[in-house]
Amino acid sequence: MKQLFLLFITFFKVGVFTFGGGYAMLPLLQDELVRRRKWTTDEELLDYYSIGQCTPGVIAVNVSTFIGYKQKGIIGGCVSTLGMITPSLLIIMLIAAVLAKYMHNQYLSYAFAGIRVAVTALIADTLLGLWKKGVKEKWAFGIFLVSVVLLLWLNLSAIWIVVLASAAGVNIYKFGKQKGEKK
Amino acid sequence: MIYLILFYEFFKIGLFAIGGGLVTVPFLFDLAEVYPWFDAKDLADMIAISESTPGPLGVNMATYAGFKAAGVGGAIVATLGLVIPSVIIIMLVSKLLKKFRNNIWVDSVLSGIRPAVIALILFAGLEVAKLAVVDWKTLLMFALFWGAIHFYKKSPIFYIVISAVVGIVFQL
Repeated sequence: MKQLFLLFITFFKVGVFTFGGGYAMLPLLQDELVRRRKWTTDEELLDYYSIGQCTPGVIAVNVSTFIGYKQKGIIGGCVSTLGMITPSLLIIMLIAAVLAKYMHNQYLSYAFAGIRVAVTALIADTLLGLWKKGVKEKWAFGIFLVSVVLLLWLNLSAIWIVVLASAAGVNIYKFGKQKGEKK
Repeated sequence: MIYLILFYEFFKIGLFAIGGGLVTVPFLFDLAEVYPWFDAKDLADMIAISESTPGPLGVNMATYAGFKAAGVGGAIVATLGLVIPSVIIIMLVSKLLKKFRNNIWVDSVLSGIRPAVIALILFAGLEVAKLAVVDWKTLLMFALFWGAIHFYKKSPIFYIVISAVVGIVFQL
């Protein structure tokens, strides 16, 4: 029971402070789930993002279901997801009902402009950490570089990037085995 | 009755929108054409508000659209409809993953995807950066914040709260 409550509260907190969608949420998830609660690792979190990218639905929800299910089975998955969506429900309903006309308030837009900068800096630092951990070998750097090119210049959708990268992963393993190396 | 329709429509979106929040938008435009709940102009407002409020974009959009269509009940039904397919699918995937975690093929697929996901996050970060870092004031703030984040590992929530205050004080 205590664990379920913790799951709900943790994802509620993440839901309240996520500005800018699923990827912007990653620094928060790392802090709460990896460093504070030790429910998962950076590497596992990345795997959840990979899978969340090619399964249907909102990525934030996919990740919360993953973590909750791992901790406490089906109920855990449901409770975490409820925790993640409850802040949205409350905040959006409040805005839709009464606050829509204040959304153009000057001070509010100053605050959001500030928050966007912080979110950019948080993502930058997260990327640096992931880069150091996840892109060590030459082949990993190759996959990263090709993905960046495909994303930036060819506007390929994320699903294709994931599909191509998994094919690359399998081939690198096969090739590595042929050469008698370890991957 | 409207609750049932809302649930069904958003369940469908949850099932077919692969790749995150913004992907739900075209589906919502389809809904606007079929049902009298909201029109394209309402949707534009909804997107703007969903992007500047906390929470996952897709969930915000579902809540807003459901609320417009049928009040508080509509908001809850639409949001649950959107997330239930994900929850079921992810639990199934999670079960499979547990079973095949140590399978060498699954492992090589995942290790291939990892560097690609880092590229995807970089891409998302650049999209945010384009909106965030627009002049020398925001560039300076970005540099200072990154430095602070890197050397004082405080919670991201701390930096988000501070950044809102900085935004107001310096009128960004």
